[in-house]
This record gives sequence, C-alpha cells and structure tokens, in this order.
Amino acid sequence: MGHHVTLPSNESVQLPAGHRLRRFPLIFGVVGVLCLAGSWFAAGGDHKAFYHSYLTAFLFGLSIALGALFFTLFQHAASAGWSVVVRRVAENLMAPLPIFALLFIPLWFGRHDLYHWTDLEHVAHDPVLLGKQGFLNEGFWMVRAAIYFGLWTLMSWWFRSKSIRQDSEGGTALSRLMQMRSYPAIMAFALTISFAAIDWGMSLDPHWYSTMWGVYYFAGSIVSAFAMLGFSVLLMQRWGLLQGIVTKDHFHDIGKLVFAFTVFWAYIAFSQYFLIWYANIPEETSFFHRRAVNTWYVLGIYLMIGHFGLPFFFLMGRTLKKIPWSLALGCVWIITFHYLDLYYVVMPNVHKSGITASLVDGLTAIGVLSIYIALAAWFLGKAALIPQKDPRLPESLAFQNF
Amino acid sequence: MSDGQKLFGALAEFANPAELFHACEKVRDAGYGAWDAHTPFPVHNLDRAMGLGSSKVPWICLVTGLSGAIGGFLLQVWVSMHASPLVISAKPLMSWQAFVPVTFELGVLCAAAGAVIGMLFVNRLPHHHSPLFESERFKKASDDGFFISIEAEDPKFDREATAQFLQGLGASHVELIVDG
Repeated sequence: MGHHVTLPSNESVQLPAGHRLRRFPLIFGVVGVLCLAGSWFAAGGDHKAFYHSYLTAFLFGLSIALGALFFTLFQHAASAGWSVVVRRVAENLMAPLPIFALLFIPLWFGRHDLYHWTDLEHVAHDPVLLGKQGFLNEGFWMVRAAIYFGLWTLMSWWFRSKSIRQDSEGGTALSRLMQMRSYPAIMAFALTISFAAIDWGMSLDPHWYSTMWGVYYFAGSIVSAFAMLGFSVLLMQRWGLLQGIVTKDHFHDIGKLVFAFTVFWAYIAFSQYFLIWYANIPEETSFFHRRAVNTWYVLGIYLMIGHFGLPFFFLMGRTLKKIPWSLALGCVWIITFHYLDLYYVVMPNVHKSGITASLVDGLTAIGVLSIYIALAAWFLGKAALIPQKDPRLPESLAFQNF
Repeated sequence: MSDGQKLFGALAEFANPAELFHACEKVRDAGYGAWDAHTPFPVHNLDRAMGLGSSKVPWICLVTGLSGAIGGFLLQVWVSMHASPLVISAKPLMSWQAFVPVTFELGVLCAAAGAVIGMLFVNRLPHHHSPLFESERFKKASDDGFFISIEAEDPKFDREATAQFLQGLGASHVELIVDG
C-alpha cells in the first residue's frame, strides 16, 4: 500500500550543536594519538614486533574505510533507492581515507623489519626474490602506494563533496553524474585494493603467492564495513538521530548484507585454502604450513567458527537482524573477527612459534581505530546526516521489506 | 439447501485492492480464524493486514538444508572410509576439506527442495477443488476480482451476522457458498 512520505526538515537531519558525537573527534583523536605513542614505548625496542602489530592495525582501519568507499560506489552504480538514508553515514566512514597516507609513513620506516625483500643483500642470493625484483623493489612499492592513496583520496573526496553539493542544489543531474563516474571508480577500486593487499600483506611472505589474495582482503573489508555502517547507524539512533528516517527495514537490509558477505568471506577464505591444500605444492603451502603450528592452528579453527559458523546462524533469521541490540552484537562480533583474521595474516610472520598477544597489539589497534572514528565523526558533523535532496530519498524513506 | 449439502461459508467481493486491504484488517480485528483473501495478483503487506504472522517455510528450509549438509558429509565419510577407500594424492581417507563442496551442494539442494515442497505443503497445494469454485463470480479472482471468504467452520461464523458484517465492510456483493 502506498505511504505518504513527508521529507524530514533540514533541522532534523543536522547534528545538533551540543550532541555527544560532536565530542567524538577530540576524545577519540586524543585516545588514538596517545595509544599509538604508547604502543611505540610499550614495544620496548622490539621494532619487528611493533611494526607487525602496527601493520595489522593499519590494514584493519584501512579495510573498513575502503569497504565504506565501495558501499558508496555501488549504491551509485546500482542507483539504489533503499540505501539513500544511510549513504551519508557510509560517505563519512570513507572520508577519513586520506589519513591512512599519513598513517602509512611508519610503515616506510619499518619496511626493513616487515619486508625482507627490501634487504638487497639477501635478495641478491635469492633467485626467487631476484625474479620478483622488477615488482618488489622499494621505489616501485612507494610509487604504487602513492597511486593507491591518490586514487582513494580522489574518490572519497569527490563522491562525498558531490553528494553534499546535491544537498543544496537538488535535482537529478548530480545523481546521474555520480552514477556514471561510479563505474570507472569501481574498477579503480578493485585494482587498487587488490594490489595494496598484495603489496602490504602478501609480500610479508614474498616467496609465497595466492591469486585469491586481493579478493580475500576485499571480502574482509566489505563485511566489516557493512558491520561498521550498521553499528554506526544503530548508535546514532540510540542517541536520538535519524529517528523515523532509518527504520527496521533498513537495518534488516544492512543485516542481510552483513550475512551475505560473511558467507562470501568464508567462500573466498575456503577457496584459497582448498586449492592450496588440494594441489599441495610446497611454494603454495608455506602460508598454511606456517599457521598449522601451535596456537596459530587454534586461531585458524576459531576463525572458521567465529568469522563464519556462529554469525552464519546468528544472522540467518530475519528476527535477530531487526532487533537493534542483536544486530549491534552481530556487527561488533564481525568487526572483532575481521581484526583477528588480519592478525592471523600478519603476525605469524614475526611470532613463528605461536600467538604472542601483547599490549602493543591492543594499543595499535585501538589507536588506528580511534583516529579513524575521530575523523569519521568530524566529517559527520560537517554536513547533513542524510543526502536530503537526493531524488530517491522519498523511495528510501518509504522503503519496506516484504 | 437440501440434505447432504452443507454451508461452506460466505464470499464477499470488493471493488479494488485498497478496499480489500482495509476489509482484511477489520476481519482480522473481528477475530475470525478460518478465512482467506483472494486476489489476482500479490498485494504487498496483505499478510500483515490479515494478521498471518511469519511463515513456517524458513524452518522447514533450515531443517532440510541442515539434513542435506550433514547427510552429504556423512555419505562421503562412509564412502571414503568404508565402502570404497581410495588413497588420492597421499591424502588421508578422512579428508574433510575435500568433502566441503559436496556437503555445501547437498545442503543447498535440500534447502531449495525443502523450501519448494514446504511451501506447497504449508499452502496445502496441490488443491484440486474448492467449494468457492461453485460461485460464478469467483472466476474473477484470477482476473479483476478481490474476495474475502469466511468459512462456516469458524466458531465465530454466523450465517446472518457474518454476511451483514461483510456487507458493512463495503463489499459490493456478498453470497453464501454451499458445498455441493
């Protein structure tokens, strides 16, 4: 049945002046900087362990921002109606992408502790690394990083600023423009996230390779971005924002996406493992061989259960996706296990005998995540909370699942 | 009505989906249990207006899907370890990794079959005959007619009162259906 839709007033979709989210940038900014600084001292001179923990945290924060960028892009590409009321939140979650260029600087200083292909003396005696030197060398590695950050900054800035411009201009022209630009942007996104995952994650173990690697990082990235989006909107509603704008039907759909991409992650992670297990070629099995020891093996089992098994059944039914606390629980769960997934990727390269959890792991993760949250909250206060003149807004407001 | 014929229920026709929708809400609120709405095309949210609650099909689908997955896995374990043990590329007989694709496929197959068959079962299909087909007007239900039928076996059913109730909901025509 048709519903009469009243568009929300301009005041009701602004972040109120004294709202507690306005304090987020300062609080989380300070917490983030203190945690990162503290983690350096907590490492106590063990640079190798520090840089690996930091890389895990960096890849974790980056993946959520990149997932939010992809969400925004494919909503434009599909000209999606349902998601308009939550798209601005996703735009704010992708907007901090440029800060990761700054957060990348420590990785440059830590390159010799992280990537042994940067050790030219070692490479000279290693025929495999010698063969890969055309790609894996410091100069080209930095050029590629500059290209990734350049494109991500350009995309996140362009799509957010055009969307904000539509808040005052209205009309369909900007929607069409963003839709047309989203297609090449998605291609650029796919290439940059894949190569970035290879450059910063896969090359930790430079003899090893997997053709699934890019999509593996992407799968974790997109599912945790959906979870972050769901959690952010739930939190905003709890604190009195977007009332009557985002409904349980929107949460149901975000929940469906979290569920679907939990399955997608499992599909990709298993496919990568399965083909390597099946072929059983030494140069490919080294990755899992390294992780088949001691507590790393246990973590692998926990990932199967925690990143797939439990959320699969938890998020399958429609009821739990519509209850705010249970969807919030599912979202936080997924984000936590995404961090553990990256921990499983990065840390066995330094703690070879088993999990050696330390304060540094926690401080770097909280540090990077806090800086990311601080910036996302800052962007949230800079514009309306929804794209208020998007031509598909009435469709989104009236959206119902059947 | 002669002996051997019994009253099936009352059938009311409505002019359009909107009127039917609101009439359904009132029938639901009046507390009827054995009744149904008939439309030539799906009307969104009519299930909520009728107070139908959620479907049982997902549960049937879950049970058949899990049975398929577990059965598929156990079948492979039995075949590879007892019925026809074969060592393939030096892997253990019990290689759960190799069993995952078939486990998955059988889970999906049985879930899909369970969903379709469960849907037919819950809808009591195939259903070759209904006393409503005695009504000439009811032929419009597959073309441009919107109907509510209330069955006589409903404890709240009363020949006069129910017919009047339906008339009061704005029905353009109400008739009593006799099961011939």
